[in-house]
Amino acid sequence: MNAISEAHGPGDVARAGMPAVQMEGVDKWYDKFHALKNIDLEVARGEKIVICGPSGSGKSTLIRCINQLESVQKGRIFVDGIELTAGPKNVEQVRRDVGMVFQQFNLFPHMTVLENCTLAPVKVRGASKAEAETTARKYLERVHIPEQAEKYPAQLSGGQQQRVAIARALCMNPKIMLFDEPTSALDPEMVKEVLDTMIDLAEEGMTMLVVTHEMGFARQVADRVIFMDKGEIVETGNPKEFFANPRHERTRNFLGQISGH
Amino acid sequence: MIRPFGINEFLFILFAVQWTLALSVVAFTGGAVGGLLIALARVSKVAPLRYAALGFIRLFQGTPLLMQLFLVFFGLNIFGVGINPWLAAAIALTLHASVFLGEIWRGCIQAVPVGQSEASWALGLRYYDRMKSIVLPQAAKIAVAPTVGFLVQLIKGTSLASIIGFVEMTRAGQIINNATFDPFTVFGLVAALYFILCWPLSILARRMERRFAVATRR
Repeated sequence: MNAISEAHGPGDVARAGMPAVQMEGVDKWYDKFHALKNIDLEVARGEKIVICGPSGSGKSTLIRCINQLESVQKGRIFVDGIELTAGPKNVEQVRRDVGMVFQQFNLFPHMTVLENCTLAPVKVRGASKAEAETTARKYLERVHIPEQAEKYPAQLSGGQQQRVAIARALCMNPKIMLFDEPTSALDPEMVKEVLDTMIDLAEEGMTMLVVTHEMGFARQVADRVIFMDKGEIVETGNPKEFFANPRHERTRNFLGQISGH
Repeated sequence: MIRPFGINEFLFILFAVQWTLALSVVAFTGGAVGGLLIALARVSKVAPLRYAALGFIRLFQGTPLLMQLFLVFFGLNIFGVGINPWLAAAIALTLHASVFLGEIWRGCIQAVPVGQSEASWALGLRYYDRMKSIVLPQAAKIAVAPTVGFLVQLIKGTSLASIIGFVEMTRAGQIINNATFDPFTVFGLVAALYFILCWPLSILARRMERRFAVATRR
């Protein structure tokens, strides 16, 4: 446990004043398709941000840029004061400190739940197996599935798998958590258990960027809601304003559509 | 002058099975190493590596194995290594196996969902750990059946080494036939021995393929 928290190291002090995430004039193209258009975004430490928007609006692409699962062609991205866009060494460093939860869980099917959770701490942080297991069991407890540690992902329900994915990310003791539509692939009855886990995490002060259509979650947890369309940030505001008086036509249309059915 | 086909002739051919097996094992082992390197090069992010591997593959897939055997056999001679059918056959078949296993395994690596790599990247795993712990173990499961299938092809392919004078089963058959003039018996026996080696492997490959199909259906 100690080895893992120490891994954050002395650099923390120097970077304490920096925002968690800072994007400056970021543009991204997939061939001709302009996926992100001049994105400026600053996320403070401990801030919870919900990003919504129609499919193809660039919201997943945006958060995938924060750990360089997508590279960008223009602009600069800083994560915890480290410039991601400045080279592969920085990318490695940032990825260690940024956890990600995917729509399709992406658990490792050939490993048990416990192995899923201990692999990266051992290989990347250099934790001992025993330390990593203790940490893993602690986080599995926190996502309320300690009894599933020895099972394989295929033996779990979707909701349980996604909670394992959250625990797996937490085992790296991340400073920032990215959620890419974490409940979109779940059966309706399992959405709540995953959202509850995320709410717990938010209450503990984790910096979170969440792409989701769960507007109830946004209302309850978000400090800021961002609406994206066609690769642009159209509107951003605190949830109260955002839902009560959306300023832009496109935001109104979108909110009308998702609450309309 | 003409010898009858007797127990000694039978045993001569039977003992040659070991050379067929030895050549197969060497080519398969070397091919596994080469194939892994080629497969990794083919899925590499480094473009020159990808193209080099692709060029190598095109070259070997576009020429007959027999020509490759000839080229290595006579090529070794040009480079000052004496005539050595064993070495030539081992090198040529190793290259051949590397190329085909490389392509089979590339497909298997690419069949592992990209989400597995993304999760590895997101966790900060490096290339070596991602390949060793995440991608290759999953690719290996898919690869077992087609790999055994290729091994059958390779065992049969070693018969071509007879042409450069390497005494394995086929060459042993030719030698005995030249003495006995009983081609049907001789080559019938040789074919039967190949069948005994290959048939169980074919069954194994088919069974594993079916098991894999069942495993991936759910």
